[in-house]
Amino acid sequence: MATWTPDPTFYPSATMAMGAQREKLAYVVVLHPNGNGERRPDALAVLDLDSESPTYGQAVSRLDFPYTGDELHHFGWNACSSALCPTMPHPHLERRYLLVPGLRSSRMYVVDTKPDPKQPRLIKTIEPDEVHAKSGYSRLHTVHCGPDAIYVNALGRPDGEGPGGILTLDHRTFDVKGRWEKDRGPQHLAYDFTWHLTQDVMITSEWGTPNMVEDGVNPELLLGGKYGHQLHVWDIRTRRHLQTLDLGPEQQMVLELRPAHDPNKSYGFAGVVTSLKDLSASIWLWYRDGQGIAVKKVIEIPAEPADPALLPPIIQGFGAVPPLLTDINLSLDDRYLYASSWATGEFQQYDVTDPFNPKKTGSVRLGGIVSRAAHPKRGDLNGGPQMVEISRDGKRIYVTNSLYSAWDAQFYPDGIRGWAVKLEAEPEGGMRLDPDFFVDFGEDRPHQIRLQGGDASSDFFCYTNGKTH
Amino acid sequence: MNEQLPWITLAALGAYHGLNPGMGWLFAVALGLQEGSRSAVARAFGPIALGHAASVAAVVVLVGALQTAIDATLIRYAGGAVLLAFGLYKLLWPLSHPRWVGMRVGSRDLASWSFLMATAHGAGLMLIPVLVKLPEQVASQTDHATQMQHAAHMQHTAMAMSAIDISGPALMAVGLHTIAMFSVMGVLALVVYEKVGLAMLRRAWLNLDRVWAGALIGAGAITIAL
Repeated sequence: MATWTPDPTFYPSATMAMGAQREKLAYVVVLHPNGNGERRPDALAVLDLDSESPTYGQAVSRLDFPYTGDELHHFGWNACSSALCPTMPHPHLERRYLLVPGLRSSRMYVVDTKPDPKQPRLIKTIEPDEVHAKSGYSRLHTVHCGPDAIYVNALGRPDGEGPGGILTLDHRTFDVKGRWEKDRGPQHLAYDFTWHLTQDVMITSEWGTPNMVEDGVNPELLLGGKYGHQLHVWDIRTRRHLQTLDLGPEQQMVLELRPAHDPNKSYGFAGVVTSLKDLSASIWLWYRDGQGIAVKKVIEIPAEPADPALLPPIIQGFGAVPPLLTDINLSLDDRYLYASSWATGEFQQYDVTDPFNPKKTGSVRLGGIVSRAAHPKRGDLNGGPQMVEISRDGKRIYVTNSLYSAWDAQFYPDGIRGWAVKLEAEPEGGMRLDPDFFVDFGEDRPHQIRLQGGDASSDFFCYTNGKTH
Repeated sequence: MNEQLPWITLAALGAYHGLNPGMGWLFAVALGLQEGSRSAVARAFGPIALGHAASVAAVVVLVGALQTAIDATLIRYAGGAVLLAFGLYKLLWPLSHPRWVGMRVGSRDLASWSFLMATAHGAGLMLIPVLVKLPEQVASQTDHATQMQHAAHMQHTAMAMSAIDISGPALMAVGLHTIAMFSVMGVLALVVYEKVGLAMLRRAWLNLDRVWAGALIGAGAITIAL
């Protein structure tokens, strides 16, 4: 597995990574919703993104996993640019394996993308028992490649209660090393995690415990402000909780975290799904303030009034469609922030050169509960933009439309036909939908996309952009 | 030439460690990039060199102490065996390394980091063949110089004498090795920081770990055989 020169997809800085060659493939996890009594396993699909290829824009292969009911959601690489970080570098480890966790099953699949990246193979399955026994955690959510290990987080315990948190895997053998936290302080809920590696800081976000989310949104809990509304700041060296940043209980579900890629910048963006005050969604900026971190709302996306007759039961009483911001992503140059409002069907681009004052520079409508905005190649769409991934050069953005099976059913009771679309970013702001790119997944639900070689949210960097030529 | 060989080897080993990004210069550059200052790069050199020297000195002192108490041949075999075992370990588990996360480091942390990395790399171990040879060299030199005077005492105090006498050369050994390391590390860090940039890492960072493991094994074999 060790090579003579560093893996060519490892870059010292984010700006260097922007010069990487264009992606030819993407990996997408695909959920089989198992409705109508059928039981089929989830899968990893491979999308051809090579514009020269005769199968461009098509799913060219699919790896079916051996179990049903996994609920595949997020996934990540075994190694990335953080392998170049100076304290314990391992640049000769290949970026080669995808770690694919089951959000319901707590199983972890290890998939080898070599020798043929178009034919990924399952080489190891870490069973939930091992995860439970060695970490105490259950419901595996997200995977990030750290400088010293593969980091995975979990929503809670095997019994479905909290606390959720982080565990690590050995980046060579994939053995579960154990729980990461030494002192979690008041932290109880988990969802996403990210780092400012050169500042020894980790940030984590909050959704709910497995019992709070697995059967759908619980309106009682939601209206009681019980879903996550805090960010937590941790010291990477001591593994101790340092700070809680409370956005207020009216901000429900603070989910995706996207830090600035330049390690000399001490800020990042966090998306909040909905506000109990006015059903708006929002994006908050965390930033260094003196010795600690502070947080401030910098983007608000309002709810859209609608005829209750058009709304699913869960939001009929509101007479409006909340945007439900579920994913955000930041380009490698830290210049453009993309945001998916899954329920209203709006996909937005913001210029965040000044992170405290984002400027909306683009908006595209796709699907949505009421709008059902059409795609040139398909016509009316259902579902709405959800997972977003950006190419390293920032020019192409890929979006898929499913969220989480139990929640899909509540907001789109007619079911969701899975799709993936592509947008192109204008160099000085703005984006347009590629009218010719449309991947139809039929009854299957695509979720996270990872681009071959890395993308805007897969890698972490230890060297600043400036002096690295 | 035979007499110079250990010293040349010591200097070459120091230079090799100075070249290795994982053992110092890259961290110095990273610290400089964080603060945007060349002096931050340079301030890292001292602690890194010190930590490395401490790791090497630990082996030198240990071997020196053992040489007063244990027969030279036994030390030779034991030292060679340790080298062989360590080299094999490095060959079979190439990606094992001590865990250190944390880039907010003061001088003491940096020296500790360097000590840890040097020890995990077997920096001091590579001196074993030299250290094992040194008493013979020194003994033969003192023989020529003071043969008549000490002939009567040599038999009783040979081992004690050799221990005392090699402390000077041993110190020089650590010193020379460290100076070589410091110089190469310093030049490389500053050139990369000021002029070349880190893009070269993508191609120039050769995986010398296998070569190093082979060198450890070779050194072990030489120590035992000679």
